[in-house]
Amino acid sequence: MTDRIKRLREQSLNAVNCISAERAVLITEFYETGIDRQVSVPVCRAMALDYILSHKSICINPGELIVGERGPSPKACPTYPEICLHSLEDLEILDTRKKVSFKVDDEVRKVYADRIIPFWTGHSNRERIMNALPSEWLAAYRAGVFTEFQEQRAPGHTVLGSKIYRLGMNDLMKQVREEITKLDFLGDAFAFEKREELKAMEIAANALVKFAERYAMELESLANEENDESRKSELLNMAAISRHVPADAPRTLHEALQYYWFVHLAVITELNPWDSFNPGRLDQHLLPFFRKDIQEGLITRDTAVELLQNFWIKFNNHPAPPKVGVTALESNTYTDFCLINLGGVKPDGSDAVNELTYILLDVIEEMRLLQPSSMVQVSKKNPENFIRRTLQITKTGFGQPSFFNTDAIIQELVRQGKQLEDARNGGASGCVEAGAFGTEAYILSGYFNLAKVLELTLNNGFDKRTNKQAGMRTGDPELFISFEELMNAFEQQLQYLTAVKMRGNNMIHRIFADFMPVPFLSLLIDDCITNGRDYNAGGARYNTTYIQGVGLGSLTDSLTAIKYHVFEKKTISMSGLLKALAADFENFEEFRKELVYHTPKYGNDDDYADDQARLVFRMFFDAVDGRPTSIGGIHRINMLPTTSHVYFGSVIGALPDGRKAKQPLSEGISPFQGADHKGPTAVLKSASKIDHLLTGGTLLNQKFAPSFFEGDEAINKLTSLIRAYFRMDGHHIQFNVVSAETLKDAQKYPEKHRDLIVRVAGYSDYFNDLGEDLQNEIIRRTEHEGF
Amino acid sequence: MKGLVFDIRKFTVHDGPGIRCTVFFKGCPMSCRWCHNPESQSGLPETSTKAVSLDGRIFTEEETAGTWMEVDDILEEVARDRVFYDESGGGITISGGEPAGQPEFLLSMLKELKTMGLHTALDTCGHTEWKNIVATMDYIDLYLYDLKIIDEGLHLKYTGVSNKLILENLKKLAGLGKKIIVRVPVVPGINDDDESFRALYLYLEPFGKALNEINLLPYHAAAENKYKRFGKENLMKDIKSLPKEALIKRMEELESLGYVVRIGG
Repeated sequence: MTDRIKRLREQSLNAVNCISAERAVLITEFYETGIDRQVSVPVCRAMALDYILSHKSICINPGELIVGERGPSPKACPTYPEICLHSLEDLEILDTRKKVSFKVDDEVRKVYADRIIPFWTGHSNRERIMNALPSEWLAAYRAGVFTEFQEQRAPGHTVLGSKIYRLGMNDLMKQVREEITKLDFLGDAFAFEKREELKAMEIAANALVKFAERYAMELESLANEENDESRKSELLNMAAISRHVPADAPRTLHEALQYYWFVHLAVITELNPWDSFNPGRLDQHLLPFFRKDIQEGLITRDTAVELLQNFWIKFNNHPAPPKVGVTALESNTYTDFCLINLGGVKPDGSDAVNELTYILLDVIEEMRLLQPSSMVQVSKKNPENFIRRTLQITKTGFGQPSFFNTDAIIQELVRQGKQLEDARNGGASGCVEAGAFGTEAYILSGYFNLAKVLELTLNNGFDKRTNKQAGMRTGDPELFISFEELMNAFEQQLQYLTAVKMRGNNMIHRIFADFMPVPFLSLLIDDCITNGRDYNAGGARYNTTYIQGVGLGSLTDSLTAIKYHVFEKKTISMSGLLKALAADFENFEEFRKELVYHTPKYGNDDDYADDQARLVFRMFFDAVDGRPTSIGGIHRINMLPTTSHVYFGSVIGALPDGRKAKQPLSEGISPFQGADHKGPTAVLKSASKIDHLLTGGTLLNQKFAPSFFEGDEAINKLTSLIRAYFRMDGHHIQFNVVSAETLKDAQKYPEKHRDLIVRVAGYSDYFNDLGEDLQNEIIRRTEHEGF
Repeated sequence: MKGLVFDIRKFTVHDGPGIRCTVFFKGCPMSCRWCHNPESQSGLPETSTKAVSLDGRIFTEEETAGTWMEVDDILEEVARDRVFYDESGGGITISGGEPAGQPEFLLSMLKELKTMGLHTALDTCGHTEWKNIVATMDYIDLYLYDLKIIDEGLHLKYTGVSNKLILENLKKLAGLGKKIIVRVPVVPGINDDDESFRALYLYLEPFGKALNEINLLPYHAAAENKYKRFGKENLMKDIKSLPKEALIKRMEELESLGYVVRIGG
């Protein structure tokens, strides 16, 4: 690591998260002009972006080679009052909450009190959404059946393809103008809408060029004041780069990185899209520039590494925009979920691992930063050495990179109807979500509490916690005479609640399409330009809306326990079981011990238990997959929790698997914490009994003691373990390499473990930043010590 | 046919190549003082009490070590991890107790495993009639042959049996050209001294290439709890685990003499 990178990395690690009101003030100023009453919605949004980019602070950090921040300085986070409006109480919570706080100074509070809150109250998109949703949606939402992603952030959730490495903003504007000339106002009823959208795209593209020019000018003026000759020439070179890109296509590695970064800033300034935009297949996109620069002597391996490391730090400077309301309090982790993809296959299906892949792995290892997160795509075509090299990084215990099955991802995408080549250009983003990069809007709509569906079924649709009929009346469980009858009631309940969720999705999609288009993002994702349609309105080539199932392990174990104890062994009656649950197992301790220790559990390659996993997975799939969305897309499922299994657990009472009230659920498709006791191969076998290819992603967490990674042979065995799981179509696996002792020590002495990063669920976080319950859960997760 | 098995463990990575599943037979002719699995010694199922904790509350449960299992039941269980054996070049290890103590059951299981095309390893203490070992030779890919103490008197003292038969059998086995790894448990105060290692070297040396792979298995002071539960006296109670450096020193010495040595399996 060069001194420059050391300094910048330290600066990034030491910078304090804070709320910047700059964007909120600018967007308010813009709307105060009343211009939104004069122009179409897309044009208005593009002009808003232009206004912000023309006035937001320019930030050039000492020594850096790639410029641009989302706020006025590193870790300064903007807000988006037009999407969701922070109240003064929200700001107070953000300032004082224990985990991942965001400093809010008096000036921010004052401007919020005086200007932002009065202007936006009643007009934010969140209020629009909440006013539109029907009572059954709200009842289920409040009961904790599902969460809603679009409540506080824009849909987004997409990854850039190779487009910007071939085309500059000038080229895109030219394409846009050509599309406008092709419009048929006689034959196409939507020609006007298309023209407004295309006009907006052109304004947005030009806004970025002007923004880069502001940087060029500032870089030049810094160069004039600079006494150090070598920094002076760097600054002048950076000014020249900012003038060439984003206006025109990049020619060098440095230009390519700076271009991406400008684009990144514009996407996350335009709105606050979910799972921050990211460059995706970095080792593929950058390879031609890297090779050419090396050949022409413009860079060396070392200078390339320095540029890439600088690029990494830029991501780390950006915490995600914090939420409002109760989620602000509950959310104790806030990374922006950029996930760099390495490896995989090329568009022609051949092995894509190259020399830059290994260089980027070196960068990941040396940077050890939370963001960007990283993953490797593993195809049967990739060499073994690629996995082994990655495991060498994983074993250092910082949770990255995680492993994804390229061959499964491609099959998942093709099953959904994508062209093979588009699928091969895809990968995973966010936590584990599969997508066709550059051509797909794959919008996550919310987590879905599968275990809650069972709780409601066991209470005839009534939610005791909110004291409301949150589900449908599927019958009194005490009258069920067979397990099949219970399963039928469960399926009905599931169908009802997923339908409630999907009806809500279809309203929310239209609200975003009609009120919050994103013309800048639309420039980047094919085929928004040729369709003349916004990304948020279904302009992309593929449009998918996901519902993320949570709690498979808890649900499976609960159903298995009912089947085993109530209907087969008859150790307890249904009414006895319901009494035990209502009492949270108080005075039922012996029975609870039977549930915990002597009842078949998911995660042990035991079909008696795993059959229920297969069954409910299939029910969930049948209830959701293939249902249309209101922007021309299709609903699909995936199985990932991020941290929602903690929240979802907190809204559920005791479950038949022996879990006590309010405890976290199982996460992803991993077994319930401690339920697996037959080692990792049994876990992988159980996890592969659901058909991953029917999803858009599943998450499996395996924790290993560091000793598991010692020596070449151990690495080879883990390599085989990954290969075997992927042979069974497993989608993703990640390794947590820590000892319970270390974690307990970190709880006791957080100050000694500030650098301790653990994988939470599809992403990594600082252990100290996690809430205590989540910390405890990570400690509890079965540790597969060396036998 | 039924055999007495006390455990089937998946993802064992120290008992032969690749990812393996190890089947532990119950019953052992020896009673090594450092035995990690005292419940494996008796040839009959044994019941003990076990404390189970849940939310800080302790429950007492009975637990039986040893289940009479059909060959088919074992095969079904081990076949579940086939994909892992295939990917890693792993397979099945049969350990104990002493597998050769149930020769017919062992043989009938091995024949099936070979029909299934699985790699097999036999972890044996060698203290059995030669016919029981030679009978396995067509079905075993790798022998993990325990060699504890070369001095007959000490062997008798610490394991309860003479090592005559063990050494004889090893000599015969080495002559058959099968792949053999010699496994030496290194136990503090018993066989970790220079003298013991010299004796080991002098014994192995004449075999040349036939016996040039050695696993040094470090003694872990981890079994006290089991001894207590099964009401057995643990004579090693106060013996500490061996420091890593001591083992590395032994490994390097043996390596310098031309042996392929690994610590652990």
